[in-house]
Amino acid sequence: MRKLNDIKIITSSRIKERVAFFLLWIFSIFTAIILVLIVSDIIIKGAPHISLDFLLEEPRKMGKEGGVFSVIVSTIYIVVLSIIFAAPIGVAASVYLAEYAKESTMLNIIRFGTEALAGIPSIIYGLFGYSFFVFFLDLKYSILSGALTLTLMILPTIIKTSEEAIKAVPKSYREGSLALGATKLQTIRKIIIPDAIPGILTGLILGIGRVVGESAAVLYTAGSSLGIPDSIFRPGRTLSVHLYTLASEGISIENTYATAVILIALVFIINFSANTLINRIFIARRR
Amino acid sequence: MGSVKIRVKDTNLYYGNHHALKNINMDIYDKSVTALIGPSGCGKSTFLRCLNRMNDLIPNVRIDGEIQIAGNDINKYDVILLRKKVGMVFQKPNPFPMSIYENIAYGPRIHGTKNRSKLDNIVEKSLREAALWDEVKDRLKSNAMGLSGGQQQRLCIARTIAVEPEILLMDEPTSALDPASTMKIEDLMENLKKQYTVIIVTHNMQQAGRISDYAAFFLNGEIIEYDKTEKIFYKPMDKRTEDYITGRFG
Repeated sequence: MRKLNDIKIITSSRIKERVAFFLLWIFSIFTAIILVLIVSDIIIKGAPHISLDFLLEEPRKMGKEGGVFSVIVSTIYIVVLSIIFAAPIGVAASVYLAEYAKESTMLNIIRFGTEALAGIPSIIYGLFGYSFFVFFLDLKYSILSGALTLTLMILPTIIKTSEEAIKAVPKSYREGSLALGATKLQTIRKIIIPDAIPGILTGLILGIGRVVGESAAVLYTAGSSLGIPDSIFRPGRTLSVHLYTLASEGISIENTYATAVILIALVFIINFSANTLINRIFIARRR
Repeated sequence: MGSVKIRVKDTNLYYGNHHALKNINMDIYDKSVTALIGPSGCGKSTFLRCLNRMNDLIPNVRIDGEIQIAGNDINKYDVILLRKKVGMVFQKPNPFPMSIYENIAYGPRIHGTKNRSKLDNIVEKSLREAALWDEVKDRLKSNAMGLSGGQQQRLCIARTIAVEPEILLMDEPTSALDPASTMKIEDLMENLKKQYTVIIVTHNMQQAGRISDYAAFFLNGEIIEYDKTEKIFYKPMDKRTEDYITGRFG
């Protein structure tokens, strides 16, 4: 009798195990399928309309005809400029929060503020950029206004992820360095930041993703001019804004999808090259 | 008996309200190995960390009394110079996640040595002194995290030696290692004391007996007894020392 009971228990927990495994498998497959559906839908509808001409020609008739060259250029300007602004500020702020700031009410307010800012809808940043950069600082609709607005938008994410990455560096590295007579700054520069780079990079990539994907905040600040901006003080239209305009104004469904394909490809290329580049610079050197 | 290298006078340490070190007085002799023994939480590691002012990093720590190294109050030293002079090896090997070479060169570099051939010399000399050179000379560029625990600990010793300290503090340096690696480090200490003043915290009584010239028995933040090691081990003055050494508690 005893034996039989044991077997029953084993069988029932086995079944539970299988059911749980099956459910987890279904859910993860479900997520993967959605991703594949979206991407393949866009590629199937958009890829046939992509050609070298589409990439290298400027849009004509508000984007109904022609390519997206100027739009790609504006997008790259805005992404690069936002990261140039946001990366040093974000990393510096996170180093301060993680390494220097003493636990205090002020620090908690800063932390709370950072987290709250990360959750604010982008349209609010757009509105702020519109009134502050475009009008108050009189930067007009320009690549610079757009990049500054997006910098504000992605800073909280970059600060938060970098701070976590810096805090995750083992205490024993710090102690080892300080015990050798290194100053705090030397320890941060040579031991802590290099070790935290992969985490910091994740934050930057998340930031880039948000910049590339943003339409509302850019529409309000960088404008939607279709020309190639010849300086950062000129307006420009990013891929997301272009996509939004083409679709909402029903200008050209083919070009909408083609633009979407390029947007996805651009995100992929930027992430991949940022990853490789920073790996080369910071990690390979330490091996 | 050598000359006095470190003189500790009436030193008390408080963590907030907790009185962790009580009226410590101790002369530590040059070019010898001094072992700090005692049960967990008795203050030996805390005391060790006073000597290179690592306790400065912990908030709410208050220290009074005076600690002199070569006759000078350690609080009057620049903390950078003090830590260069007083090296420390930790309980868990903590190499930096970089190459073996870079680990050793890190210290000399932050203290201003930039010349490549000078650094090469320092790296080789330090690794030889730490009895690690033969094992790693062909892979100086590979990551230090790939070494075994015992090798990592010798690397940490080499890294400490590379900045030419006068005193080596070792906080249970073998407690995370296997017996073979432990033996290697103990052999190494025999050589190290020819050049450095070594202070080692250990939980291992046999180890203290084997390698130290002097031993101090700590209990509840006080030094119960401090003398030559053979005296502590064979003719302890205090009943509590005897009980601890013979394994009746701790």
